[in-house]
Amino acid sequence: MNAVSEAQSLRDLYRELVLDHARNPRNFGKLDGPSHTAEGINPLCGDSLVLYLDVGADDRVRGASFEGTGCVISIASASLLTETIVGMRTADAARYVDVLRSRLSTDPPAAPVIDLGELQALEGVREYPSRVKCATLAWHALDAALRGNDTPATTE
Amino acid sequence: MPLANPIAERRADFPTLHQEINGLPLAYLDNAASAQQPLAVIETVSEYQRKDHANVHRGVHTLSQRATEAYEGARDKLRDFIGAESRAEIVLTSGTTESINLVAQSFVRPRVGAGDKILITHLEHHANIVPWQLVCEQTGAELAVVPIDERGQLDLERLYAMLTEDVRMLALGHVSNALGTINPVADIITAAHDRNIPVLIDGAQATPHMQVNVRELGCDFFAFSGHKMFGPTGTGVLYGREALLETMPPYQGGGDMILEVRFDKTTYNELPYKFEAGTPNISGVVGLGAAVDYLGEVGMENIAAYEHELLEYLTGRLAEIDGIRLYGTAEQKAGVQSFLLDDIHPHDLGTIVDHKGVAVRSGHHCAMPVMQHFCIPGTVRASLAFYNNHTDVDRLVDALLAARALFA
Repeated sequence: MNAVSEAQSLRDLYRELVLDHARNPRNFGKLDGPSHTAEGINPLCGDSLVLYLDVGADDRVRGASFEGTGCVISIASASLLTETIVGMRTADAARYVDVLRSRLSTDPPAAPVIDLGELQALEGVREYPSRVKCATLAWHALDAALRGNDTPATTE
Repeated sequence: MPLANPIAERRADFPTLHQEINGLPLAYLDNAASAQQPLAVIETVSEYQRKDHANVHRGVHTLSQRATEAYEGARDKLRDFIGAESRAEIVLTSGTTESINLVAQSFVRPRVGAGDKILITHLEHHANIVPWQLVCEQTGAELAVVPIDERGQLDLERLYAMLTEDVRMLALGHVSNALGTINPVADIITAAHDRNIPVLIDGAQATPHMQVNVRELGCDFFAFSGHKMFGPTGTGVLYGREALLETMPPYQGGGDMILEVRFDKTTYNELPYKFEAGTPNISGVVGLGAAVDYLGEVGMENIAAYEHELLEYLTGRLAEIDGIRLYGTAEQKAGVQSFLLDDIHPHDLGTIVDHKGVAVRSGHHCAMPVMQHFCIPGTVRASLAFYNNHTDVDRLVDALLAARALFA
């Protein structure tokens, strides 16, 4: 990769939308009376975050928030996650976990089976294999929360 | 004025250093994680594999004898390198981690129980923490930890006070991998011995940077790794005083560590082979022998003096950057500087500087308690070797300024 295209890929990783979510994370903090809670840990860097969900009796996500420390990518991803899943049925939220994970892998399927909307901003990590785990940390936690796991989810 | 560098031309000996990363020349500043290998090591390993490979200590045929000579020759070089008395004291392992686990399981575990303490320090790498936690779980012994100050130096007064009668082992690093602190290990060993406490030194970060003499230090055990000192990965040494190694049961059972195997009784081999079960990393050890020869040519004293100057340059240049916070500012330091910039996460910094061709480590450096001490998740760490120069440092500083501009 030459210097020019590499500069492009760096801007692709740190897109404006990603930087904005990292600087001003949405839904940051504890949720009052969450129905689901899960912790995500990235053993590579030691970052951890806690995801809170409020799922109603109709199985729809009424609220989502998170707390924790992390890099630009992991905070932006968690912030985008909380915005994405509110209003969804839990089964649909769970589908996003799988779709996003496969989209961020180095060999993604040709087209996403669901419209990822703003989450597409995370796709820049594909060029940075060591950073994929940063982008998927919150989603591992979501997966654990929906499955009712109480052991911390890891990116491993 | 450029630094006077009598060993500057040595950079040419390291093929890995001469490449472009992202279209820019590589500045490799992650030596504390793993150092690059000189051509002398690469070619020695290659020659061995092309011409001499066979299993060691087994056959009477020519290749087996050549392999054995090369392997045992490396052991002799390693003995001289650290000033051990006898080759029986040089146990070849897969690295520092295995060396420490060997001492934990074969020396300490049979000697401790409830009411006993194993003493380590807050500076340790996970490899010098977790093996002792395992022994504590297995025996009921308690792990005690010597605190550090805000500069990343051991609280020596506390350390000496903690050398109490119930301490059965003191294990500490010679040089901190995360902060670069050089501990006054010779004094500490003397104080521990005054109280009959055996001492293990984790020397992984010392042997690449300074002359080490285990007899002058007086330690009971000294563990180090080949790949930190310009040799192949998967190689390492446990030095142990012969009298202590004699008393220890084998760590693993298998071929090569026995004299005679019968179903009613097996007799173990003599030192150091009692601790070397199975076919070892022969080519790696032969390569490590070449690394020792190479370091002998460069001269450990030259390396220490050169790196000392380069570290001062590195620390000085980093300190000029607005928003920088340096971690590890001990009076005595080896070529390591940990830092953070503004509130930029270490991983983001690592990615940006890599994009500029500069390799650093970001994260907790396998020393999470050190990070907990400073209440931070991790740092960026630049770590030097004698093949680094002012340009490498300048490139790092420029890359950090670029990161600052991106995240401003």
